[in-house]
Amino acid sequence: MTRVQSMLRGREVSYEFDVSHPLLRRIVSRAPRRFLRAVDEVTFDVARGTTLSLVGESGCGKSSVARLAVGLYRPKSGEIRFDGQDLSAARAQPALRRRMNMIFQDPYASLNPRWRVRDIVAEPIRTFRLVPEGAALRARVDMLLAQVGLASRDGERYPHEFSGGQRQRISIARALSSEPAFLVCDEPTSALDVSVQAQVLNLMRDLQARLGLTYLFISHNLAVVRHMADRLGVMYLGRIVEIGAADIVLSAPRHPYTRLLLDAVPDLQGIGRARGPVGGEVPSPIAPPPGCAFHPRCPLANDRCRIEKPRLIHASGGASGGASGGASEGAGGVEVACHAVEEGRGGNR
Amino acid sequence: MTLLRVQDLTVEIPTRRGVLRALDRISFDIGPGEIIGVVGESGAGKSLTGAAIIGLLAPPGRIAGGSVALGTDRLDTMPPERLRRIRGRRIGMIFQDPLTTLNPLYTVGRQLTETLQTHLGLSDTEARKRAVAWLAEVGIPAPAQRIEAYPHEFSGGMRQRVVIALALCAEPELVIADEPTTALDVSIQAQIIGLLKRLSRDRGTAVMLITHDMGVIAETADRVAVMYAGRIVEVGPVADVIGRPVHPYTDGLMASIPPLTHRMDRLRQIDGAMPRLDAIPSGCAFHPRCRFAMERCRRERPDLMPIGATSAACWLVQT
Repeated sequence: MTRVQSMLRGREVSYEFDVSHPLLRRIVSRAPRRFLRAVDEVTFDVARGTTLSLVGESGCGKSSVARLAVGLYRPKSGEIRFDGQDLSAARAQPALRRRMNMIFQDPYASLNPRWRVRDIVAEPIRTFRLVPEGAALRARVDMLLAQVGLASRDGERYPHEFSGGQRQRISIARALSSEPAFLVCDEPTSALDVSVQAQVLNLMRDLQARLGLTYLFISHNLAVVRHMADRLGVMYLGRIVEIGAADIVLSAPRHPYTRLLLDAVPDLQGIGRARGPVGGEVPSPIAPPPGCAFHPRCPLANDRCRIEKPRLIHASGGASGGASGGASEGAGGVEVACHAVEEGRGGNR
Repeated sequence: MTLLRVQDLTVEIPTRRGVLRALDRISFDIGPGEIIGVVGESGAGKSLTGAAIIGLLAPPGRIAGGSVALGTDRLDTMPPERLRRIRGRRIGMIFQDPLTTLNPLYTVGRQLTETLQTHLGLSDTEARKRAVAWLAEVGIPAPAQRIEAYPHEFSGGMRQRVVIALALCAEPELVIADEPTTALDVSIQAQIIGLLKRLSRDRGTAVMLITHDMGVIAETADRVAVMYAGRIVEVGPVADVIGRPVHPYTDGLMASIPPLTHRMDRLRQIDGAMPRLDAIPSGCAFHPRCRFAMERCRRERPDLMPIGATSAACWLVQT
């Protein structure tokens, strides 16, 4: 392995939800316990100062990965390392724990309605005892509010007095208050209108450039991801099916699912576009199809796809595929989990 | 020819602190078979416009002025009992959340046959036959079996298909679809939009498509009306409004959508947020956020003025 400076690295991380019936009912009906595999052997790296985005439709496991990445969930198997240390060990040390934080989707639910904005933003500072109470703390909170485009007097107000976009700014100020290096953002603009979304995305890019932040950015919106991501992973039913430089994944998608997603996005340029039929729906994650989980919807599926789970492999060809194999992670190399692509049945459009 | 004509529609909501004007002199037409998109950000009044047209304004909201005419019938002054018969029969409705639209206690088949019998007076067997045909039409596999299923047994996308079947089965002249795909994933959204487009084309049904998603509008609508703070600020053919927006708000809205084709350094943003109903600025409601605001914009409210095939409510049009 080359010495890639990964802020966060996950290796074959899996996570399961217990969706069993209650104990008594299980005994009566002799039903076994049931597990939903939300994240299935996911491997990823987030290089320092860059953004890794995960996209996918609801139920693909992207939010579970976000929660795993900040230690809210413990992996069932596999390993996550934060700044070179095992994540659970890192979480145990306040000095490391304060260096990661999370921004949630719903700015209405994630701020305590009974607290003044100043106290919401100051809470992590107080918890980690970063700045003494009094004038120094006030100054620090004012600085954080200014950083996200809010005024000092906004600190005296309550969350309900702010619009959705301003609330998301408060969430960002709070997330930045412990001086983190790494932020996990789970659909941070999905609840916002587009003109406000642009404000928040611009702010997040500015802060990243200014403070050298590393983002794990989760979204279902490909256009938003296009704007934010350096690297991009596409998830389907708990697995990453394609991962690589965002430019390449989005301009030359290889996995049939990535292509389907890109085709499905309604586009401003597509005035009056007649769509080809896009078939099928995401199957239940409780009983995913065997083999490649995408095979029932895949136009390229054959017998192998129905039996054998494809693994992520480096896709050859492509603009900057790096055929020598020397391409480090973070460079252009794209990995795809698809038998058809591997066998050259993929065919480019 | 005009199917629906909305003229100077004004909706007010009386509150303890005074009367709020939620819709301010909205005017537009829909022709038979036409798909008109209504876009805007949350709170612009899109859904309220739909609700006002079909007489489903939540009290204390009320129509305070203007008129709504379907063909030769005035809907805004029609007695509720008559209007109730028009809803479902001549105007179909599709809402955002298919779970709340469907009755969880009735099978999908019963809901469809009930609608068919109420509006078209069919016999039991005829209604059932028609219901199965409709489920097939909207792409539900094995419709003869699925007709016995309850809404919770369907996935979100399938439920929205059922809702579309319900809205269209009485063969209305107009369908009001309020964010029909917002709760759905993109691949399902594409299917539903395709379905809606096909049905409207095949049957000549006019559609009023309310959404915040410009991409959906671009692909679906013939004409588009852009709303801001309870007013229509721009209306015209979809290619003109999206490709060559006239109103600075439309222009800003388009520019703030991140493109899929390339990565921008910065998105153009419109600073600030849409005003609340109790604090709508004087003159043009957009002037505090507008890069081109002039003295006149602060004082005088612009009405829709034609420019080419489009109309825009902006003083820039005149200069």
